[in-house]
Amino acid sequence: MSALSVTYAILFYVATTVLIVGLVYKIRLYAKTPAPLKIPTTPAPVTQTGVVFRMAREVVLFSSLFKSNKWIWIFGWMFHFALLLVLLRHFRYFVDTSSPIWFWVPLIQPFGMYAAFAMLAGLGGLWARRILVDRVRYISGPSDHLMLALLVAIGASGAMMKFVEHTDIVAVKGFFQGLLTFSIQPLPGDPVLLIHLALVAVLMLIFPISKLLHAPGIFFSPTRNQVDNPREKRHQAQWTVELEADGGNK
Amino acid sequence: MADFEVPELKEYIEVPKYKDGTMAHSSPYIAKEKFQEPLGYPGELIENWEEKAIEKMGELKGKYRSFQVFLDACVKCGACTDKCHYYLGTLDPKNMPVARQDLLRKVYRRYFTFAGKWFPKLVGAVDLDKDVLDEWYSYFHQCSQCRRCSVYCPYGIDTAEISMAAREIMASVGVGQKYCNEIIGKANTIGNNLGLPEPALADTLEGLEEEVEEDTGVAVKFPLDQKGADILLVTPSADFFAEPHVDGLIGYAKVFHEAGASWTISSYASEAANFGMFIGSYENMRRLSLRVRKAAQDLGVKRIVFGECGHAWRVAYSFLNTLAGPFDFLDPNYPVPQHICEYTYDLIQKDKLKFNKTENDHMTLTFHDSCNVARATRMGDKPGGQFDIPRAVIKAACNNYVDMPADTIGEATFCCGGGGGLLTDDLMELRVKGAMPRMQALKTVTDDYGVTNIAAICAICKSQFTKVLPYYGFTMDQIVSVHQLVSDAIVLSDATSDDADDSGEEQE
Repeated sequence: MSALSVTYAILFYVATTVLIVGLVYKIRLYAKTPAPLKIPTTPAPVTQTGVVFRMAREVVLFSSLFKSNKWIWIFGWMFHFALLLVLLRHFRYFVDTSSPIWFWVPLIQPFGMYAAFAMLAGLGGLWARRILVDRVRYISGPSDHLMLALLVAIGASGAMMKFVEHTDIVAVKGFFQGLLTFSIQPLPGDPVLLIHLALVAVLMLIFPISKLLHAPGIFFSPTRNQVDNPREKRHQAQWTVELEADGGNK
Repeated sequence: MADFEVPELKEYIEVPKYKDGTMAHSSPYIAKEKFQEPLGYPGELIENWEEKAIEKMGELKGKYRSFQVFLDACVKCGACTDKCHYYLGTLDPKNMPVARQDLLRKVYRRYFTFAGKWFPKLVGAVDLDKDVLDEWYSYFHQCSQCRRCSVYCPYGIDTAEISMAAREIMASVGVGQKYCNEIIGKANTIGNNLGLPEPALADTLEGLEEEVEEDTGVAVKFPLDQKGADILLVTPSADFFAEPHVDGLIGYAKVFHEAGASWTISSYASEAANFGMFIGSYENMRRLSLRVRKAAQDLGVKRIVFGECGHAWRVAYSFLNTLAGPFDFLDPNYPVPQHICEYTYDLIQKDKLKFNKTENDHMTLTFHDSCNVARATRMGDKPGGQFDIPRAVIKAACNNYVDMPADTIGEATFCCGGGGGLLTDDLMELRVKGAMPRMQALKTVTDDYGVTNIAAICAICKSQFTKVLPYYGFTMDQIVSVHQLVSDAIVLSDATSDDADDSGEEQE
């Protein structure tokens, strides 16, 4: 077993652990932190079903962003949904062809392949705004540019392996399927592949400690996930109940 | 007229290039000890304030999910950067919602996040020092908590939540705002923000009764502390004498009179506005809300109705049940509380009010959706009732009505520029500049449709417009109360024998 394979195996075990533990910690924190007051941005749905639809519109269509700014919406939406297709395409590197969930994996391949370009175009648009629009330039910090650089580098290196410089993809699949069963298989030593995988590991490592927390965060945003029914139903949090017990509502 | 430049009104609202530091000098007076201590805050900046402020920040992010999630979730996409009226009016980049949040977020990152502890430069994290505190004090008092940014944020991040938390943190280390804290003190001790004691209030209401009887020949009552009344009216104390607020109060009284309702004002809870929200203090907001509960219990009323007031309606509609509920001692057939517009609208629907709309024919009206009514509350059963119901009331009383451009009303409405605890003379420049987008929209309908007057349902909006309209070439009396329009057009049924005949048509 080469040192390279072992190094990357360790890297991905660590990155996966950090990603999962970090996200579970953050999601638990958001879930456990009380929202003592009703603060949905109105007009808001008056039923729980309505809230589910509102949240779905936000997550799938970025509806508030659409209202806000068409350029950010186009680039942002293009990037995120291309990324989703690309991720789905990557299932082929983890799922066995004999698996019952394999059937959709070949179907998604052509979409996932070309989505790489849409992803890079979206990222390019977002980055251009950070440089060209004075207001967005003002609010952009080094980490905002680095995040875009990281995503562009991941997308570009991935696309390169598909369209320019192939790697031994069967061996790559062997390596990752091996990781799933805790057996380290040889990983090809192509530089583009190694860069791609290292950057993906970095992305997984920083996910729970960066602005990428917007992904779980939106589901916990009280302005979007609360039902507008404060008069009909008394809303309380644990600490407000305790405060009341102290002083009483008299 | 002003020692600052009043923004020019253009054809439409342009998104300006930013200019650094144009409002860095803007800061309201700091509260003295006598206004701080009764609210439970230290009298002046405490010794170890940095440590205590961070401790408070930690406490708040544990108590408010909004605060915790909003601090983490922002991706700096820029969607909010052109949405704040203070940014549009002042060009100061720190008035872009995300930049305002970042003033606090950079400190949160330094003390509470891995990246900020180890790579502060990379993520723009800084230590909390006096300069940062001063900047907080300045720019968190340049946010009217209007929530316009929260409509447009893809994650619903509401800068109001951050501003409230920042103000609470500052007050807790001894840096409170004089305007808000002095007012909360008055409401706590006297019962209203103006410090109007019971005898003065009684006097004022008596004066109004005489005035209305003189005008109309009808004995419309303005009851105070009447035990056993059905309805408790809680209204902003500005309604008792400020113009055009008081004309709105006369309107409510006439509506109650026509409905044959038994109602009363309470001298103990003679204030609808709850400035506890402005300073982000749950405890203070609750203490003020409990006065309404106590008044309702002491007077033995069956319903609570709130007068025209924006942030007040937010605390009433969204928070009152939480803060001072449950209201199981009131009549369960009515929502608690109700807005006066809901009350009047119901009567209009049931055909119980008669209007002579021609009384308002000398005006062409438009309606200013007050920020907190629009984006933090509802009226009626359906989402958006907060837009439809006040308009329906206006249209029932007026023939000439035009809306301002669609991107400046409804959920997209621009704040008047004076909300959220900023309605003080020491922030005049901010107030005038922040009113620019609303004035712009008003100018558009003035030029295109000959609009003469703008109606509002918020005491702050009304006071603010009275002050800022003249800066933009309008006159102060162009702002009117919605129930002032009702008051002018309503036909009082026992005014003349003709009207008495009509009363036979009433149903139910």
